[in-house]
Amino acid sequence: MADAAPVTFRGGGFHPRPQRLVPVAVFVAVIGLWQFASWRGWLPALFLPSPWEIVTALGGMISDGSLGRHVGASLMRIALGWVLGTAAGLAIGLAMGIFSVARAAGLPVVSALFPIPKIALLPLFILWFGIGEPSKVATIGFGVFFPTVIAAYTACDSVPRNLIRMAQSFGLPPAAIVWKILVPGAMPGILAGFRITASIALILVVAAEMIGAQYGIGAFILSAGNLNQIDHLLAGVTLLSLLGLAVSAVLGAVERAVLRWR
Amino acid sequence: MDLRLEGITHSYDGLLALDGIDLEVRDGETVAIIGPSGCGKSTLLGIVGGLLKPSAGRVLAIGAPRADSLNPFTYVFQDFALLPWRNVAANVALALEHHGLSRAERRERVAAALALTGLGEFAAALPKQLSGGMRQRVGIARALVVRPAVLLLDEPLSALDAQTRELLMEDLLAIWARERSTRLYVTHNLDEAARLADRVIVLSRRPGRIREIVRIDMPVAERGAPTALPVVAGVREKLWALIRDEARDAEREVQHG
Ligand SMILES: Nc1ncnc2c1ncn2[C@@H]1O[C@H](COP(=O)(O)OP(=O)(O)OP(=O)(O)O)[C@@H](O)[C@H]1O
Ligand SMILES: [Mg+2]
Repeated sequence: MADAAPVTFRGGGFHPRPQRLVPVAVFVAVIGLWQFASWRGWLPALFLPSPWEIVTALGGMISDGSLGRHVGASLMRIALGWVLGTAAGLAIGLAMGIFSVARAAGLPVVSALFPIPKIALLPLFILWFGIGEPSKVATIGFGVFFPTVIAAYTACDSVPRNLIRMAQSFGLPPAAIVWKILVPGAMPGILAGFRITASIALILVVAAEMIGAQYGIGAFILSAGNLNQIDHLLAGVTLLSLLGLAVSAVLGAVERAVLRWR
Repeated sequence: MDLRLEGITHSYDGLLALDGIDLEVRDGETVAIIGPSGCGKSTLLGIVGGLLKPSAGRVLAIGAPRADSLNPFTYVFQDFALLPWRNVAANVALALEHHGLSRAERRERVAAALALTGLGEFAAALPKQLSGGMRQRVGIARALVVRPAVLLLDEPLSALDAQTRELLMEDLLAIWARERSTRLYVTHNLDEAARLADRVIVLSRRPGRIREIVRIDMPVAERGAPTALPVVAGVREKLWALIRDEARDAEREVQHG
């Protein structure tokens, strides 16, 4: 060959690389711009207070103890409703994953009740259980229950059948096949379901607290809106964001611990 | 323990997969089963080990398995079938956990099986950390730990590359020289059959029937030697001649349907 030219590079890209600086920089820039715009008077303080005012409102809530009261009330409802709904959902979902009869019996009921936005049932639960805690917990539990059922039985289906055949070929009794093969094999799907149900619980607790509660982040946001205290309202919203992040961090840690084998 | 297969016939919803297999296997023998793809080899193995109920016919075990056998019919799977959430030792221990052995006894047996398969240093590794060859060694250790009377191997080396396959073949031969068992060995690979088997059962294409039984007279231990190459190659040629046309037909059938 007479002419020698280097081969043109055309690979690379399309491969997400971890970036340390960009996320922090963007976050800081957005908040900074917002603060700057508020400071210059470009944003109407009445409708969109500055980040600093929101932080101040949060600080006030901490010092007068209302933050703990509201967050505590919401967390209590979420925890109770989520644990009850998850426990029941896992029991039913695993049964549906293991027994054909349970699946045949459960599937129509689950299919019919799953699409209902569960907040629509709160008035019914209020009539049954009164306006207090049980009706809110029941709404959250109910909302968590169905996605858990579906996650659990589809996770059972996703366990490779050859593992079950292997266990049978070594003579493992059925109960051992469930506990040693099916349940651990279904764990990734079940934990993925937890992420969904955690966000459902957060949505439902806010909605339920807006309908009738004295304490709770939802109640706090609603009353701040009624009183035109937009800094407090946005402080409540910020709390929800932080709560969501915290829950997702906890779930992430659980996943890393339980699914180390993946 | 001898085996006698009598008129094993199996169909899947009207699709006849196996048709009247009669076979006797002597204690301690290695019988390879070859045949075109889809001819019912895995089905046959599933029936022998009691994972599949034949449509007709029966499998008889003649004589008692050795007294210390915890799982007389034991499989080694093509895809290894390891539990990804258990480490190597725990995967092997799975086979012992429901036999009322003491913890110390289990640990001792697992350690022995790992040593026999060259896995001693990998006891704490997870399957995802191992190469394919090491994973299948775990599958083999798990099978040995229950002291099987009959080992049922369904293409145990087919998922491995050629070099790893060669290494594992040598390991299997070394293990089988020490551990007495009867082996049914399904394979696509004529080399494996020619190297490992005392007899090779050649099945016809679906529905699988026994076409021919090829006995290899040279002792298995001698077949690795360079001087044995012509003999092994001769067996290979013979087997290939027997299945070549049907293998082609079977391949076309798969492509059409
Ligand atoms: N569960 C099943 N349901 C229906 N048909 C099946 C089932 N399992 C196997 N078959 C069919 O029965 C025939 C024999 O299957 P089998 O797996 O025993 O063949 P094989 O000889 O092991 O094939 P391969 O060489 O591909 O492993 C094939 O045609 C296959 O498609
Ligand atoms: Mg097969």
